[in-house]
Amino acid sequence: MSLSVRHLLSVKDLTKKDVDLILKTAENLQEISKRPVKKVPALRGKTIPLCFFEPSTRTRASFEIAAKRLSADPIQISSFGNSLSKGESLLDTVKNLEAMDPDVLVIRHPHSGMPHLMAKEVSCPVINAGDGINEHPTQALLDLMTILQVKKKIQGLHVAIIGDILNSRVARSNIILLTKMGAKVHVAGPASMIPAGVEQYGVQVVNDIREVIPKADVIMMLRIQRERESASLFPSLREYARFFGLNKNNMKEAKKDVVIMHPGPVNRGVEIAPEVADGPHSIILDQVTNGVAVRMALLYLMCGEGERKIKY
Amino acid sequence: MAEKHLMSEVDMDAVIKSMAKQIIDDGLGEVALAGIRTRGVPLADWLAKHITALSKKLIKVGAIDINLYRDDLSEVGSQPIVHRTEIPFKIDGTGIILVDDVLYTGRTIRSALDALIDFGRPKFIKLAVLVDRGWRELPIQADYVGKTVKTKADEVIKVMFQSTDGKNEVILKEQFSARHKHP
Repeated sequence: MSLSVRHLLSVKDLTKKDVDLILKTAENLQEISKRPVKKVPALRGKTIPLCFFEPSTRTRASFEIAAKRLSADPIQISSFGNSLSKGESLLDTVKNLEAMDPDVLVIRHPHSGMPHLMAKEVSCPVINAGDGINEHPTQALLDLMTILQVKKKIQGLHVAIIGDILNSRVARSNIILLTKMGAKVHVAGPASMIPAGVEQYGVQVVNDIREVIPKADVIMMLRIQRERESASLFPSLREYARFFGLNKNNMKEAKKDVVIMHPGPVNRGVEIAPEVADGPHSIILDQVTNGVAVRMALLYLMCGEGERKIKY
Repeated sequence: MAEKHLMSEVDMDAVIKSMAKQIIDDGLGEVALAGIRTRGVPLADWLAKHITALSKKLIKVGAIDINLYRDDLSEVGSQPIVHRTEIPFKIDGTGIILVDDVLYTGRTIRSALDALIDFGRPKFIKLAVLVDRGWRELPIQADYVGKTVKTKADEVIKVMFQSTDGKNEVILKEQFSARHKHP
């Protein structure tokens, strides 16, 4: 059994069977991270360039750990201190990487759609590790795994995604994947941060988070992306925290068994109060742990393919 | 595709009981069983049941998945499904009996040895198989064998268990295979 897709560019491309296979594989691989020797030889000899052309800590580390636990050789490529900063085009950089025979290319890029373009240029599978404001498929998969571990199901769950929906690739991937798997997704945030026509994805739009908190089984808080356009979409961080932040007061209205998620990094005191981020409902660190397992599963499932399709 | 019946449930039980007796007679001290997924696991459970009944001592049973240790990952057509390895006992200093349904090329056993040793340093590792069909490609031999069957390269031994296949039976199937070119 293998994935129906060669590349992981968007969660849209995954079938329910693909999602089940990825999560089942991740769940089984998770045991490796608990061993005294956290390494198996499954991907020995495989070369995996991690091309992060945008700052990243946890996704990058997560991919590197995942590759190393499977005995692959991850190669770190960034936009700083390499040929890109010397004027080489991204396409030339990738063509050069391709000439070095990578087995899987992991790419994060500040521009939406760049991994899709790269997938057409290289012969190996490409994993989108986040492209602009478009998608972050591995984050959505690890979020799904984390919800499943706690709630044991996705079908019929009410998931509230709160914050900057407009600029969030995490929100986009999660909306697509969670609705595909049968969850009822509600999005909430300032009107300036809700993309027009988001209802077409089958989500319910709410402007006041007090409406959605009491019915949510899962609350997914999004980071205010100060490095993008977020900061100009609301008057002040203080006001944002007051109306759209999750804190101990509005948590009183939440279900007793609600779980709180956040893709990180957390702006403490802005989108989420420290006592909530560190509180008993928080599964934020489980998301990080599951990220390694999901990425191990993807590398394993995408690397082991027999015959490579050479593109000439 | 012709089939030949090799063992019934009664035959399997008798053979597994005999293997259990041999293990006890060898006086190995404290041992644990590690079944190789998939069909090594129900066989290990069955063997453990007889060892416990004969020795009046409970024996621990674990399960090893060897797919992550395969040396042919890039050659297989579709991705092997990874199952969980579950070793609910301390490996260091414990005598381990690896258990599998069929011993063929020996490559599965090599992978299982690698997997097991990643968990610690066992006191010793022995091998128990229900059927040894020959055609070894590595220098590996079993310590406890239920039945030795002389086979042709293109034949397949199918060991079935109630938990995995709905019945307990061993059959030999003739099947064309290009795996072995040599006689």
